[in-house]
Amino acid sequence: MTGATRSSEAMEEPADRLRPMPGPWGEAAQAFAANRGALVAFLVFAALALAALFAPWIAPHDPVHQYRLQMLLPPAWMAGGDARFLLGTDELGRDLLSRLLHGGRVSLGIGLASVVMSLLPGVLLGLLAAFHPRWLSPAVMRVMDVMLALPGLLLAICVITVLGPGLMNTVIAIAIGSLPEYVRLTRAAALAELGKDYVTATRVAGASTLRLMFSAVLPNCLAPLIVQASLGFSSAILEAAGLGFLGLGVQAPTPEWGTMLSSARDYIVRAPWVVTLPGLAILASVLSVNLIGDGLRDALDPRLKRVA
Amino acid sequence: MLHFLLKRLATLVPTLFGVTLVAFGLIRLVPGDPVAIMMGERALDAQTHARLMHELGLDEPLWRQYLHYLGGLVHGDLGQSLVSHESVSHEFLALFPATAELALVALAVAIVIGMALGIAAALRRGSWLDQGVMGLATVGYSMPVFWWGLILIMTFSVGLGWTPVSGRVAVEYDIQRLTGFMLIDAALHPEPGAWWSALRHLLLPAAVLATANAAVIARMTRSSLLEVLREDYMRSARARGLSPTRVVLVHGLRNALIPVITVIGLRVGSLLAGAVLTETIFSWPGIGKWLIDAIARRDYPVVQAGILISACSFIVINLVVDLLYGVVNPRIRGSR
Repeated sequence: MTGATRSSEAMEEPADRLRPMPGPWGEAAQAFAANRGALVAFLVFAALALAALFAPWIAPHDPVHQYRLQMLLPPAWMAGGDARFLLGTDELGRDLLSRLLHGGRVSLGIGLASVVMSLLPGVLLGLLAAFHPRWLSPAVMRVMDVMLALPGLLLAICVITVLGPGLMNTVIAIAIGSLPEYVRLTRAAALAELGKDYVTATRVAGASTLRLMFSAVLPNCLAPLIVQASLGFSSAILEAAGLGFLGLGVQAPTPEWGTMLSSARDYIVRAPWVVTLPGLAILASVLSVNLIGDGLRDALDPRLKRVA
Repeated sequence: MLHFLLKRLATLVPTLFGVTLVAFGLIRLVPGDPVAIMMGERALDAQTHARLMHELGLDEPLWRQYLHYLGGLVHGDLGQSLVSHESVSHEFLALFPATAELALVALAVAIVIGMALGIAAALRRGSWLDQGVMGLATVGYSMPVFWWGLILIMTFSVGLGWTPVSGRVAVEYDIQRLTGFMLIDAALHPEPGAWWSALRHLLLPAAVLATANAAVIARMTRSSLLEVLREDYMRSARARGLSPTRVVLVHGLRNALIPVITVIGLRVGSLLAGAVLTETIFSWPGIGKWLIDAIARRDYPVVQAGILISACSFIVINLVVDLLYGVVNPRIRGSR
């Protein structure tokens, strides 16, 4: 919608005629904004992320403080609810809203950290493999094949077995689990670019390999990487929560959405809200990130465009 | 075809080799040595410790231990559980059918429902049906498996009392183990209620495991079919006067199937990972629960075997998917 109105405005107002054409990134931003689902998802995710970011200031209670007299209170609007605990309390009398807000910090933080920690080495390895097809590429790709032989969550479980559970180890485990995707993607995209004339031209002009890698080839590989990173972010949130649920991730009493679910399992009959709310938080963030990812893919990578 | 198969098999060798190396390394990297874990809290004098290490062959150089390990694998020996002291391969064989049954039923449900919804959405493109299906698919794809399982238990087991909460069959039926597949074994049981009980136990876990897969299959079927519907040969098929159903289901679907098969193959990994979570929620006595319990008990030979087997089955299934391409689309056979 935005793209259409803007161009018609530009035609009506002669003063705007000299406005420069939007670059490829501007075009992508316009295409993304025109996708209503992705835009709504972006707003939802922004709200979740801000709530998580400012959790220490907006959370009404300390997330680990146990109000022993108010255990398993239902949300405020239900019978028996207490206005002080808007979303109720958990099995140890901790305020659920505060735990959810702080849990967002942990869960989304793990997602973000593990994406960064797999994206950076993944891109580097992928580029190196693409530039050294003789010996480095087969070596790197064989190792990636082995890592790909285990599904992400199982590889993460493997790493946790060695390192032990915990917040930092969860990040490392998920990062290792998603590394092969980035390596393969970067290598494939870089190989496709390496055959093009502009790369040859840059090379002939005397650019160093490093310059060729990072300032010529990499920017042209970014579109699929951004899409993969956004989808990787949502699966990292899911995996972190899954590890937490299995008792292999972040340990109690740290509030993390998956860990919260796992300790709430036993109260499924007496206090369904303790189970429902953390799951809804996971679903809302994963769903919004996935919709954003779909929107980014449609906007950045026309080849992969969904048939609309 | 044979040439392609051989070439494909040859590329698997280094991968399989690497996987055994990872599985072998895993047990050497974990803190604490197996003898200490096996003896638990009991105090050990250095002499007994050394004797047990020797008996387990753990005092030999690493490369020899690895060769022993590989030799054992060739004979189907996966080592011994540190907790139950049973052969790991026996334990595995006893539990494997439970996971296979769950995964196969879930996959079948996901394929049937996913493809039906995907075809319906593609045929009614842009309608409320299409938008509804695609919306549901996005939600299903984003659903945290473990939470979805708890919600279904809350609704159908606790709330409505329709399905049992855990296990594979009601205890009052003394099911004789023949195939390990409960649906088959229970069907052979003289009492007719046994099969019904087995089915009710399987319903929720299979539904949970099927959800995300059905969602992905529906999305892929829809987009792939829409792509195909625009092709010239579809117009010619219609022009020849074939019925619209036949055009879509025979000419369209057959050509749209390749990306769908690819995506089903890619889902196998998440099926394995999802099985770990699903089995934990429903106390389903399969490989996934075995693996998680073993990690909690630090029963590393079991963990090692679980990882190795998951990786190998993933590799084999991917190979099968690759071969299926050739069957579905003869054009691919020659080119590879």
